[in-house]
Amino acid sequence: MNIHEYQSKQILKSYGVNVPNGNAAFSPEEAARIAKDLGTPVVVVKAQIHAGGRGKAGGVKLAHNIDDVKFYASELLGKTLVTKQTGPEGKQVNRLLIEAGSDIAKEYYLSFVIDRKTAQVVMMGSEAGGMEIEEVAEETPEKIFKEFIDPVIGLMPFQTRRMAYRMHFKPEVLGKVTKLMTCLYNAFIGKDCSLAEINPLVVTKQNDVIALDAKLNFDDSGLFRHPDIEALRDESEEDPKERAAAKAALSYVNLGGDVACMVNGAGLAMATVDIIKFYGGEPANFLDVGGDSTVEKIAEAFRIMQSDDQVHGVFVNIFGGINKCDVIAAGIVEAAKVVGLRVPVVVRLDGTNVEKGRQILVDAQVPEVIMAPKMEDGAKLIVELAAKKAAELTANA
Amino acid sequence: MGIFVGKNSKVVVQGITGKQATFHTKVMLEYGTNVVAGVTPGKAGEKVLGQVPVFNTVQDAVDETGANVSVIYVPARFAADSICEGVDAGLDLIVCITEHIPVLDMIRVRRFMQGKNTKLIGPNCPGILTVDECRLGLIPTYIHKKGHVGVVSRSGTLTYEVTYQLTMAGIGQTTAVGIGGDPIKGIDFIEVLDAFNQDDDTLAVMLIGEIGGTAEEEAAAWVKANMKKPVIGFISGRQAPPGKRMGHAGAIISGGKGTAADKIRALNDAGIEVADTVAHMGETAVQVLKKAGLYEQCHTC
Repeated sequence: MNIHEYQSKQILKSYGVNVPNGNAAFSPEEAARIAKDLGTPVVVVKAQIHAGGRGKAGGVKLAHNIDDVKFYASELLGKTLVTKQTGPEGKQVNRLLIEAGSDIAKEYYLSFVIDRKTAQVVMMGSEAGGMEIEEVAEETPEKIFKEFIDPVIGLMPFQTRRMAYRMHFKPEVLGKVTKLMTCLYNAFIGKDCSLAEINPLVVTKQNDVIALDAKLNFDDSGLFRHPDIEALRDESEEDPKERAAAKAALSYVNLGGDVACMVNGAGLAMATVDIIKFYGGEPANFLDVGGDSTVEKIAEAFRIMQSDDQVHGVFVNIFGGINKCDVIAAGIVEAAKVVGLRVPVVVRLDGTNVEKGRQILVDAQVPEVIMAPKMEDGAKLIVELAAKKAAELTANA
Repeated sequence: MGIFVGKNSKVVVQGITGKQATFHTKVMLEYGTNVVAGVTPGKAGEKVLGQVPVFNTVQDAVDETGANVSVIYVPARFAADSICEGVDAGLDLIVCITEHIPVLDMIRVRRFMQGKNTKLIGPNCPGILTVDECRLGLIPTYIHKKGHVGVVSRSGTLTYEVTYQLTMAGIGQTTAVGIGGDPIKGIDFIEVLDAFNQDDDTLAVMLIGEIGGTAEEEAAAWVKANMKKPVIGFISGRQAPPGKRMGHAGAIISGGKGTAADKIRALNDAGIEVADTVAHMGETAVQVLKKAGLYEQCHTC
């Protein structure tokens, strides 16, 4: 789960990390009021969206007086920001962070992530602050330092010192830097984070050490012990279909194409997306109905897939293990009844209770539903039928 | 034969009185698995399915029955503790089915396991099945036929799919291992490949990977250096967008790392044939076996 920068900073502040003074604003007036209260010569107006690359996309403005703050706030609120990470459709700005400007002397990078290989949390630091860490890793990997953390002992003081020396902080700020590292680690562990990133971490001309930007991501599996984090969820940042699917305990990712698929199991669902593309189709989504499907869940999956005009065909690809083919088939028939099918649906069923499942579909005689005896044939057929459907719709329009 | 589990495995089911666990215990027993005990705290003295004795702790089950292998069907918030309990009781192998265990819990589990002898399969996995001998987890039994190909996969349904395709093509199996879809887990491809390499019954291995992490790349390097038997591959997630979690917690391309293209390249570089689509896994296996002169021997069903 993602949260906004201003929310991340509030959490980090509660763990003792030094962040700039500031507050969230939802209107230009509120922005002006916060800026007045801050009273600093420079105020930063930052668009709050769940995507990086905001600075380059014009989502971060420096204001030198209250009128500027108001002007920039009006400009940004409601604007759709297209950054490297948002995709071409961009994201609408609904919130701003109004923050005291800092007198930056030097920028650094600091983060905590999970290292899959060693099964440990790792602290990463670099002198190359403000750049994307992936770029640094690509171009100058020798500039990234790592400290692997024993989960029982925690982050040791010597590790924070070693990191601070390697990052070439000047002696005057070493104590502040090592304290910030420890506080950031405590936040990472305390809130079940999957990422805690400060980029840039800055040292000011006054020798303050400040987390100028902050990004926290959370382990979805750990959210049950953090209702305070769950409460920060901003649904307007999430794809409405992905949101609806999550509520129905379906795993859905929108991929933008027009050939939808409904599959059981994450691996087979990914592979189904791939095979649609392999035969020339544009996959609309990844959708895993999970291992314990019910008729209602299948019907809901169809509702989500057909909820807009995006989709021109649906490929149902099921290998019944724990899932039973007859339940899936009954779900498709139910979906045809209560949701209605407006595009061709090609169904490949194999595995547990396959004969029963196929019989249910044969008996129901839903005109949109076509059975495919083999997965390969099914994938080819749905790509063909979706293209036909799209052409038909264009001709009618 | 096969690997990790077989006729001689004595199995304890952790969380046996839960609905899913009881159902699968029944399937395991019907398959001939030697289920000797179950554990649910507070339910010692009960019998599940009229025959499997329940104990309060794994240690009690081990002391009373000599159990050496466990399978865990316990809700996510308690599962890390259950794994540690099994490790502490000195089990040889633990299979954890549970999905959605917090990552930080698994990091602590892995630390707890250091220096101890227990192997962990999973979590978030379909389990393991040695054909006609032993089944731990969720894998449907009827799709398997005895033979000489080992299966290892990060995905549950793809384990079933590939096994089914092999069986339909007349290629029987030794053992199928689902190592699970989580970022922090127990054994990885290499440990399983190593075991298949040493198993006389296994003549070839089917390896099913997916996006996220670098386990497939490491497996490819290991195969190139050590594997004496042909390996056939498949990778799902070619079309996955970066930064998006594709169902499995571990199936995510992050920082440009973990793409399907990288993995396929690494496997190909190690001389491993990779099926072009999920529909061609069985077919690709047949071709590779024919090329290696193993088809006749592997055509067992």
